[in-house]
Amino acid sequence: MYEKDGERYFIVDGHIHFWDASPENQANKYGTGFINCFYDYHRNLSPEEWVWPLEKFQKYTEDDLIHDLFEVGYVDAGIFQPTYLSDFYNNGFNTTEQDAAVAEHHPDRKFIVNGAFDPRYGKEGLKAFEELVKRYDLKGVKLYTAEWKGDSRGWKLDSPDATMYLEKCQELGVRNIHVHKGPTIWPLDRDAFDVADVDEAATSFPELNFIVEHCGLPRLEDFCWIATQEPNVFAGLAVAIPFIHTRPRYFAQIVGELCYWIGEDRILFGSDYAIWQPKWLVEKFVDFQIPEDMQSELGVLTTDVKKKILGLNAAALYDLEVPAGVGAQTTEAAGAVASDPVSVT
Amino acid sequence: MTTTAQVLDALSGVRDPELDESLTDLRFVAGVEVDGSSVEVRLRLPTYFCAPNFTYLMVSDADAAVRALSGVEEVSVLLEDHFASEEINDAVGAGARFAEAFPGQARGDLDGLRQLFQRKAFVARQGRVCDSLLRAGVTAQAVAAMHVADLPDGHDSERCLALRAELGLDARGDAPAFLRPDGGALDAATLPRWLRVARLVRLSLEGNGGLCRSLLQTRYGIEDPEEAAA
Repeated sequence: MYEKDGERYFIVDGHIHFWDASPENQANKYGTGFINCFYDYHRNLSPEEWVWPLEKFQKYTEDDLIHDLFEVGYVDAGIFQPTYLSDFYNNGFNTTEQDAAVAEHHPDRKFIVNGAFDPRYGKEGLKAFEELVKRYDLKGVKLYTAEWKGDSRGWKLDSPDATMYLEKCQELGVRNIHVHKGPTIWPLDRDAFDVADVDEAATSFPELNFIVEHCGLPRLEDFCWIATQEPNVFAGLAVAIPFIHTRPRYFAQIVGELCYWIGEDRILFGSDYAIWQPKWLVEKFVDFQIPEDMQSELGVLTTDVKKKILGLNAAALYDLEVPAGVGAQTTEAAGAVASDPVSVT
Repeated sequence: MTTTAQVLDALSGVRDPELDESLTDLRFVAGVEVDGSSVEVRLRLPTYFCAPNFTYLMVSDADAAVRALSGVEEVSVLLEDHFASEEINDAVGAGARFAEAFPGQARGDLDGLRQLFQRKAFVARQGRVCDSLLRAGVTAQAVAAMHVADLPDGHDSERCLALRAELGLDARGDAPAFLRPDGGALDAATLPRWLRVARLVRLSLEGNGGLCRSLLQTRYGIEDPEEAAA
């Protein structure tokens, strides 16, 4: 819980990791390249005092995670989003099992463990996925469509195999589908960051929630285009929110446009820990306001809007109990664009 | 004899298709070496995992731009520190197509991708001109009624017209000043809404460009007090 100026904010960190990218676990140059890329994001967008040495960034401890999230980071609940990268790391980069072990070691902390599926495992993989869901009582999955598997450089959410897995999610009550786009996909000649496949899936599965991580950046216009049409599409702010420090005007535009196009009820906070730390992100976000010269177009972020983004919206998706007295004052959605947007291209 | 300056000038005409900015402005050119009629260009990118399709386009466009210089006979464009450096360098060096660089992983070539991002760039460039007109007090009605010949002088207008040529859109003086990327018209009623979307496209392009610049600085330890202060 974060408190400031008499207001209490229930914090759900919607995007956290417990990874192992140590040299011993790196399977090849791609594993090395991947963590170095993360580290550049970390160094580039964090306040200086929050930058870790590379060695710690490659592999941090459970104690680090508990401390950074819960002891100093104000987090009430943290959602683990696994990223397997089995072709890059011997034991995987960040698997469901690794996350679940942390949660089991710390029953006093509120974790939500999400799983993952990879449709390229086809029918055979479906049974293993079902077991994973039952074993950890999963309510959500994190899907990385740029994941490499042998010669494959990725997959799409609207493929027949992916549809089969989404049907399974629906059947098993796995309601929250977090989608993360990366630089590769199949086929490689298409734009890997395009979110059109999320549009298809969201239309076919209206009972599932599709949370597009990084709010579709760097394709914000494509994301807003689909999210205005599909009420079950949400924006995850991981990777977008650290710009609050280095480029606050850019961040103001992102969050302002999201509030305008999809509304304050469909935006979720996420630190992407350990790339960034919730403590400074939460503090800065609560203090943040859209610059005055942009307010006529983008409006302002009220305390209620901030409360929703920092925790209440995710709490609603995951049925988390919110302590009395910390809810938003208003429950009406405001600011969302009601009519169809204009096609850009 | 070809000079380094001529090579850099040729490279300044090559854009990152995703960001709509030139390779030299983005500081993606790591080095140029000229030896008689043979030229070697080294390129670098903000991350190891930059998307291979856009990367291929930049390397092959750079290769073509340098090859077009008179007096140049041998060209070698080498992408450094990228997960697919080898595949892309080999393919471009051999004049092979994208799909040949990544056998089995691509369905075709990159014309469709290039055109999609030309359209996005067209929306963003026009949005910039449009916004500055509105800020200067011109009404949406007047903006929608403008023709190419009425466009304000300047870099942004020129860049809009240059892209019209690439997209096969009418760039004559009596053509509408602002068009949808498919050539469709905008009127006073639809302009504000179109502009709002154009701002999103700009936000994606310009925001991504800013991130790429700063990641490149971090990755290669480039000191740049001017950019750091921006």
